[in-house]
Amino acid sequence: MFDEKELENIKKKKVDWENNCYSEHVKKHPERKKKFENLSWEEIKQLYTPDDISHLDYLKDIGFPGLYPFLRGIHPTMHRGRLWTMRQFSGFGTAEETNKRYHYLLEHGETGLSVAFDYPTLYGYDTDHPFARGEFGKCGVAVSSLKDMEILFKGIPVDRITTSMTINGPAAIIWAMYIANAENRGIDRRVIGGTIQNDILKEYIAQKSFIFPPEPSMRLIIDTFEFGSKEVPRWNTISISGYHIREAGSTAVQELAFTLGNGLEYVRWAMKRGLKLDDFAPRLSFFFNAHNDFFEEIAKYRAARRIWARELKKLGAKKPRSLYMRFHTQTAGCTLTAQQPEINIIRVTIQALAAVLGGTQSLHTNSMDEALALPSEKAVRIALRTQQIIAEESGVTNTVDPLGGSYYIEWLTDKMEEECYKYWDRVEQLGGVLPAIEKGFFQREIAKSAYKYQKEIDEKKRIIVGVNKYQLDEPIEIPILKMDEKGEERQINRLKKLRKERNNQKVERNLKRLRKAAEGDKNLMPFILDCVHSYATLGETCQVLRDVFGEYKEPVIY
Amino acid sequence: MERKIRVLIAKPGLDGHDRGAKVVARALRDAGMEVIYTGLHQTPEMIVDAAIQEDVDVVGLSLLSGAHMTLFIDVARLLKKKGMDDVLIIGGGIIPEEDIPRLKKEGIKGVFGPGTLCEDIVDFIKKNVKK
Repeated sequence: MFDEKELENIKKKKVDWENNCYSEHVKKHPERKKKFENLSWEEIKQLYTPDDISHLDYLKDIGFPGLYPFLRGIHPTMHRGRLWTMRQFSGFGTAEETNKRYHYLLEHGETGLSVAFDYPTLYGYDTDHPFARGEFGKCGVAVSSLKDMEILFKGIPVDRITTSMTINGPAAIIWAMYIANAENRGIDRRVIGGTIQNDILKEYIAQKSFIFPPEPSMRLIIDTFEFGSKEVPRWNTISISGYHIREAGSTAVQELAFTLGNGLEYVRWAMKRGLKLDDFAPRLSFFFNAHNDFFEEIAKYRAARRIWARELKKLGAKKPRSLYMRFHTQTAGCTLTAQQPEINIIRVTIQALAAVLGGTQSLHTNSMDEALALPSEKAVRIALRTQQIIAEESGVTNTVDPLGGSYYIEWLTDKMEEECYKYWDRVEQLGGVLPAIEKGFFQREIAKSAYKYQKEIDEKKRIIVGVNKYQLDEPIEIPILKMDEKGEERQINRLKKLRKERNNQKVERNLKRLRKAAEGDKNLMPFILDCVHSYATLGETCQVLRDVFGEYKEPVIY
Repeated sequence: MERKIRVLIAKPGLDGHDRGAKVVARALRDAGMEVIYTGLHQTPEMIVDAAIQEDVDVVGLSLLSGAHMTLFIDVARLLKKKGMDDVLIIGGGIIPEEDIPRLKKEGIKGVFGPGTLCEDIVDFIKKNVKK
């Protein structure tokens, strides 16, 4: 990237600087630490110069936004053209309460919706199932049938607003409910846009809300790819997620490597089914974490874009869109502190800024009170305002990839890419992604990192403001979200009424047809849609699949 | 030789967030305790059975889904019912301040939120365990 003679000169001068200027200075004023490291325990030098990135070829390795390898961004104009979607993940209690929150967020300038479901829904149980005890509406909204979905999106223009849904095990069923609700309102399924998370591999690895064993789960996912590319062309049928891997304790490098590795595993399965790469690849999307180390996070997003474009090209993708690593970002929940919760606003601001500078397509900013409970209205509004300030006031959106070309950022981007490929080699040696899951490789790597990180906090080698330094002994005064105490009862009554009033013969027939299809190898989406349209509940539909596919039990590793 | 403190770390309910449970399990083991980790998705009955089977001194519950007021209390009451009154029960997770007095009354002696240092949990167990 630099003229050879000039580079030689720079190298020479750098050695001079190190031996004289720098060494003399630290003799009198030593640095604060012997070793500086980022969150992946990568040693960071005091200074980066052209010498650290002299191996890079600008046109080949860095290039221009909107052109391969998309390091600088997937679009030529990035946030100068369109700001990222401000999409706050939310859901609690009944569909009525959450619907009210959605209207509130949209009134305050949110530009997309993101649904958090409660645990019973995530596991495919209806609210009245015994396993749902104590969990109703606690960390998301309960959706047990199309009826609840109708209430959840009441008054929301689903033909114009895109919706992301964090649902994995029963993703196909919940997606079918969303489609059915739109259709019942006279909106064509070809018009609706949004995302289902639908990423089961990271469930086995990190988030742990799985239902079925890997093989049938992968089949269901490829069914949604196939159905989506033909029938719901504006829908992202998967959001390949590093977020939860990171929250479970991984490093940034592990997040990058495991997520993109999972992405390629889905691609392999889809191609094995006979789907054309350019038919489904444009609808693959990603979801990353924004943690504390500002530059490391920016380098991670940039590296992810370049690696993905390169790998998809290798696999034969022809459409530019197939090469896009489009992603949503959420600031890191695990960095929020219960102590002095107000200072979480500052953490979130720095993390959100990294996501924006890294070229995110959509963003969720955490609320300051989320280490204590689900966010209150005021807390979530401040979180949204944080994004609006970055977008409207800070000026960081004036140019594309403003940190591109920084010696440090380019060096780190490259380094993270290199580490990612090293992890892939290790996974390959274990026989691929699924065998590595069964052997607990990812789980063990993540648990190791999580423990090392916590130990450093315990030993004060790593400082968390308000936790192991600058503590304050004063009571936490922050209002906590109150939920409708009668919500669960109302939800259960609604379910009972539904089961009595719907056409139960039709429900039985549709569930039977689904069972037969599941035992064979047809695409299950049309069958699931029929079940959902006839108001079969989530639990009933999922039970059919549980009967046919069985349930996954994970190896216990710590 | 003195018997090691035996701890059961358990994940009640559907919550899959196991980072905290695993970190605490390792930290207690490194502090010289014997640790049994149940894995995910345990009903209160399963947890109490495991506590009896393993003859533990401490039951540590981890829950980040918000269901602690139901599930922690279920476990505490069931332990009492089965005559395991001596077992020290502690819990951790996303727990609002205002829930803590009620949990303590129900027998969850120590409640630890995000930002707790592992050494504080170790100290708490050593001070409060009945052996």
